[in-house]
Amino acid sequence: MRILLVEDDPTVRGFVVKGLMETGHLVEQADNGKDGLFLAVSEKFDVIILDRMLPGGIDGLRILETLRAQTNATPVIILSALADVDDRVAGLKAGGDDYLTKPFAFSELLARVEALGRRGRNEAAPQTKLEVKDLEMDLLSRTVKREGQKIDLQPREFRLLEFLMRHAGQVVTRTMLLEGVWDYHFDPQTNVIDVHVSRLRQKVDKPFEQPLIHTVRNAGYMLRAD
Amino acid sequence: MEQSSSRRSHFLRFSLRSLRNQVGGLRSAGVRFALGYAILFWVSAGLFLSVIWWGTASLLQRQVEASVAADARSLSERWADGGLSALAITIEDRLEDNVDDDALYLLVDQHAERIAGNLPSWPEAVAMSNVWYQLTIRRAGVRGIAEVQAFDLPKGYRLLVGRDVRGRSTLRHLLTDTLFWAWGVITVLTLIGAFLVRSMFRRMISSIARTTSAIAHGDMDRRMPVSGRGDELDEVAEAINEMLERITRLMDGVKQVSNAIAHDLRTPITRARAQLEYAALHAKDENTLRSAIEEGVADLDNITAVFEALLRIAQIEAGSRRSAFATFDLIPVLQDIAELYEPLADDQGIRLVLRAPDHVEFHGDRSMIQQAVSNLIDNAIKFSPPNGTITLSIATGFDFGSDDRSSGRVVTVDVSDQGIGMSPADMERASERFFRANAARNTPGSGLGLSLVQAIVQLHGGSLRFVLQDPGLSVQMRLPLPEENGKKQVPDMTEDSQTSHPPDRRPLLEIQS
Repeated sequence: MRILLVEDDPTVRGFVVKGLMETGHLVEQADNGKDGLFLAVSEKFDVIILDRMLPGGIDGLRILETLRAQTNATPVIILSALADVDDRVAGLKAGGDDYLTKPFAFSELLARVEALGRRGRNEAAPQTKLEVKDLEMDLLSRTVKREGQKIDLQPREFRLLEFLMRHAGQVVTRTMLLEGVWDYHFDPQTNVIDVHVSRLRQKVDKPFEQPLIHTVRNAGYMLRAD
Repeated sequence: MEQSSSRRSHFLRFSLRSLRNQVGGLRSAGVRFALGYAILFWVSAGLFLSVIWWGTASLLQRQVEASVAADARSLSERWADGGLSALAITIEDRLEDNVDDDALYLLVDQHAERIAGNLPSWPEAVAMSNVWYQLTIRRAGVRGIAEVQAFDLPKGYRLLVGRDVRGRSTLRHLLTDTLFWAWGVITVLTLIGAFLVRSMFRRMISSIARTTSAIAHGDMDRRMPVSGRGDELDEVAEAINEMLERITRLMDGVKQVSNAIAHDLRTPITRARAQLEYAALHAKDENTLRSAIEEGVADLDNITAVFEALLRIAQIEAGSRRSAFATFDLIPVLQDIAELYEPLADDQGIRLVLRAPDHVEFHGDRSMIQQAVSNLIDNAIKFSPPNGTITLSIATGFDFGSDDRSSGRVVTVDVSDQGIGMSPADMERASERFFRANAARNTPGSGLGLSLVQAIVQLHGGSLRFVLQDPGLSVQMRLPLPEENGKKQVPDMTEDSQTSHPPDRRPLLEIQS
């Protein structure tokens, strides 16, 4: 993916750029709002990572608002030291697709960037069926089958699996699951999510030879075919 | 000549400047207030005196006219009864009876020859009948002013009736003078009053200004003086004092937080630092280094989490987070949380039971309520023995609070476990920041969970209670519900609903054992 990173802190910028390049992405960078805005409007990117507070008079929200005013729908993830719920809402209202508070784990950023990039490509056609190898999910009849065998899932388990399948091949962090499946925007102290995933595994993976749901160390989970 | 004109212009300039200084005083509210008072008083006194003057003057005039008209009527009756001679006799009688010597009569024949009366001849000015004339007359060598009216009698005879009003105009002059003097005195009194009003105003304001500026300069212990009369000034003073109390409380909170940060964040930071430093100096192979760094990162994450929790508590306590208040059904929200934690509890052999009615309409911040209940269940799971039961029960009822809060409908969200419980002394401190009971030292956690719950409950105007059970502990969030019929009164979710939850409703920590 071609990614634009607008971030003024050189250490954070270097660290993010390096990480993204290592995972096979092309990264353009800008260290101030003016250059960032120029790059964002003049070139085409799959995802833009935008720091909220930038030097040079143009802050992240201004860039975002300008982009959206030009009907540029490039997915934007906002990085911010402002963790307040109201700030988050303001960021999303301005047209941001995701919001990540500093400090963040790189794995969290990467997972979110990849999820956003994928969403940008998939959004055109609404799906009624999800398939990962021999696992099938029918979104209309709300049934799940593996190797043709029906799997009974609770409604919440169904939504958890749906989220994992929609992000098949990508790392999904616990926070993303908590936000996407439960719509909770805080971190519970204990790893409630792990228990839910392990229950899902009992039903989806255990009876079958090859596991699909993998744990990614220090990051989260990934549903993948191999 | 030249010189004197220049001196005059200098004087003019000087007086202009002093005038401008005076006008510049208009910027002072006290001067404006006093001037307004003075002008109002002065003008109304003037109006009042004018009314008195007009009233008295026109009363005198009417009296003259009425008596002349009555005279003329009775004289014409005499004429009708007894003819010319009777009329002439009556006129002479009247003149004799007239003690004040102000009556004027003149009866003339068709040739304008005087027949009776005290005027020597018919005045030339009086040409028309039944019209008032004011004349200057000369009687017995004395000039006077007369108001007269002429009446036509049959056969060309004419009658003139009038009054010498010299006395009356003297009275009018006297009245005018008196009223002018009165107005003058009133003007002086007005100016004195205005001056007094201004200095009173200045005194009132300056006491407020002095205190507030002292406070602004950091003397936070100063308070507005309250006279105890319960007047408007006292109201202002009390409002300011209340505001100061709240500011002081908030500042204390901030101080407490920064102390807590200094104290409790230093420990994990020191640990992380020591770990990284040690690894940098002594690690022999990559794996040791890696694991040390990973532990350091975990420590930093923990610090971030503590930091975020602290900020959140501070923010909630400041009451600035009511923007997301909305009305919603509490039950599905709590069911979701129970469902989120159920597998975790189940894994540890703990039963999580939900007891709830079908619907409870609630007004508040959904996300915060989720977090508060999550924290309580999290704690309960941490301290529950295996095979224990955690009960999340929701009940509505009326709060007949013993404190000054008005009783109303409340919902009690109760999380009970069968764990180790808490000593009464610990319960009192349970919601303090970073407090951890001795028995809980070895469980993971930051010691901020209950502080956050407490802050959230406070923001919703409720109270948090700890009730010892045998065995275990029950933590109860008691939250006020919106009025039954008052769905419309519930403030809009975007509104900062200060009125529905007064900030001074600080719930007490209630302990039952």
